[in-house]
Amino acid sequence: MLRLAAWLGLFLCCGNGYAEFSGNVAVEAISFSETAQFEGQFDENLTLSLAPKWDGDWNDGADLWSVELFMRADDKDAGREHADIRELLWLHIDGDNEWRVGINTMFWGVAESQHLVDVINQIDAVESIDGEDKLGQPMIHLKRYQDWGVLDFLVLPGFRERTFNAREGRLRPPLVVDTDQVEYESSAGQQHVDYALRFSQTYNDLDLGVSWFDGTSRDPLLLPGIDSNGDPVLTPFYEQMTQIGIDAQLIYLDWIWRLELIHRKAESADRDAFIYGFEYTFYGILDSSADIGAIAEYSYDNRPEGQRGVFDRDLFMGARLALNDAQSSEVLAGFLVDTDNHSRSFRVEASRRIGASWKLELELQTFANIDDNDPLAAFANDDYLLVDMAYYF
Amino acid sequence: MPDIKIVALLLCICMPLAAVAQDSQQRGLEIAKAARDYDRGFTDFTASMTMTLKNKSGDTSVREIRIRTLEVDGDGDKSLSIFDEPADVKGTAMLTYTHGLEPDDQWLYLPALKRVKRISSRNKSGPFMGSTFAFEDLGSQEVEKYTYNYLRDEPCGDWICHVVERFPAYEHSGYTREVVWLDSEAYRLVKADFYDRKKALLKTLTAGDFQQYLGHYWRPGSMNMENHQTGKSTLLEWGDYQFKTGLSERDFRSQTLKRVQ
Repeated sequence: MLRLAAWLGLFLCCGNGYAEFSGNVAVEAISFSETAQFEGQFDENLTLSLAPKWDGDWNDGADLWSVELFMRADDKDAGREHADIRELLWLHIDGDNEWRVGINTMFWGVAESQHLVDVINQIDAVESIDGEDKLGQPMIHLKRYQDWGVLDFLVLPGFRERTFNAREGRLRPPLVVDTDQVEYESSAGQQHVDYALRFSQTYNDLDLGVSWFDGTSRDPLLLPGIDSNGDPVLTPFYEQMTQIGIDAQLIYLDWIWRLELIHRKAESADRDAFIYGFEYTFYGILDSSADIGAIAEYSYDNRPEGQRGVFDRDLFMGARLALNDAQSSEVLAGFLVDTDNHSRSFRVEASRRIGASWKLELELQTFANIDDNDPLAAFANDDYLLVDMAYYF
Repeated sequence: MPDIKIVALLLCICMPLAAVAQDSQQRGLEIAKAARDYDRGFTDFTASMTMTLKNKSGDTSVREIRIRTLEVDGDGDKSLSIFDEPADVKGTAMLTYTHGLEPDDQWLYLPALKRVKRISSRNKSGPFMGSTFAFEDLGSQEVEKYTYNYLRDEPCGDWICHVVERFPAYEHSGYTREVVWLDSEAYRLVKADFYDRKKALLKTLTAGDFQQYLGHYWRPGSMNMENHQTGKSTLLEWGDYQFKTGLSERDFRSQTLKRVQ
């Protein structure tokens, strides 16, 4: 960390371009309303996170650098206490080519309720169950703009393991995941070099992306094992996989139609999955400046029961309310219903700016009628309310 | 069979009125075209703006935004807005390809998710960043976006202004009618009244502190938009105007939103 600070200092003092520091510090309080399902799990927790960011440029903007860190202090859940380099990047722009070398976090795809084609970064699963917090991935990335589309070539050396809650943590599988006993299908283990390609283009109101990935799967299989004390645990096993993905979004009048489709080849099971849905926006409701978007998305996964994820035959129905006020108040509420076993989960996310520099976020998550065989069964007692107060600098 | 005399009489009475109406529409359109022609050839500009939102009870909140605009021949301009304040939206960037009557293309970059989202731009009447400016007030003013009607000339401060009514021809406008005051020398928009869907006066825009750039192009230093119905107002203060900075199409691609600084 000291070396990083010194390196940054060099940039900040001696670069002739632009340099800036920003970020946020946040306090998060979470309270679970039901008795824990597994022994030792806490009911309430208070944690602190810090996300500083530096960025700047030189060479008249032809070269840019950025550093983004994330740290969370957590007294009760050792699995959540972690630090990560989200970004440590050098970007060089050469006409229609952009080179990115270092650690980066990126997003592919269009869907709202789950992200199928987005496979470059590992999920920082202890941060949120929505999969939208991700760990920084080392990469060499060439983006090439052509008249007929944008091509991305990625070489990904160095694999990031998924984060898991510790024994005391809520929202975890019945058995603790022992990340000390990680195994890989490839003999190269964490050093396996992955490759990815993406083509994307905008055709009027249609945005299309086609992607290919070959390397270590970011989704581990969790296998039964025994830890050093002789207790039963789950051990992560990372397979090799090849995935082809398509993502498309079409804007038509007040409709936005979205599709993500993947075919994944792996030793344990091949997987075909898709998510398809729409968002319809009602603008200026009741003569106000507020908008409401109605969202519906259906997810399908063809893997045999037991190997499927949460989104196997699930329907998401939600609404997004944007008040468009000075405080940027927003609410996103949604139901996820398994159309086979009728397990339901409900989630509300609300946020509002307070003053010039503070932001208050609320998150309510409930689980109901959860089938014993549903992947959400381990979370059945984990209804929670989360309050996050962040100061931005 | 209508009485030929009555028809003749009606023609006599209505013809001059119709001619006047056509004439005032023609005049309105000519003024709009002259304003466009005057501003043509700026190529590109960058500027920064401070937006101060004030509500009825006088509470204020401030946004800092940098703007980059590229002139596009034969279509609307391409424009990039980069948000610096408030701090929680820092790094958010919005890219707009404006078109005449067709809906604009619009993308938003959300730095927290590192995600570029294509968004629907059909809601022209929505408030920009919670302010009293709607998206349609800040977009590029293509001639074909309105039909026009010249009203009169009258003094406006140090200048003489053409007062022109214009009616949005694009869908989903929040207005039925706008009355704009354009000075007769350089077509600076000094004032505009906006009438809502119920035809009631909704907002008034007042622009001032005009400065000339490259010895030709005029830009306002301040724009104040007052909403008469809510008592809210927003003051836009423009600064750091630079023209012909060498921006190109490359700087206005949706995927470059991730790296704008």
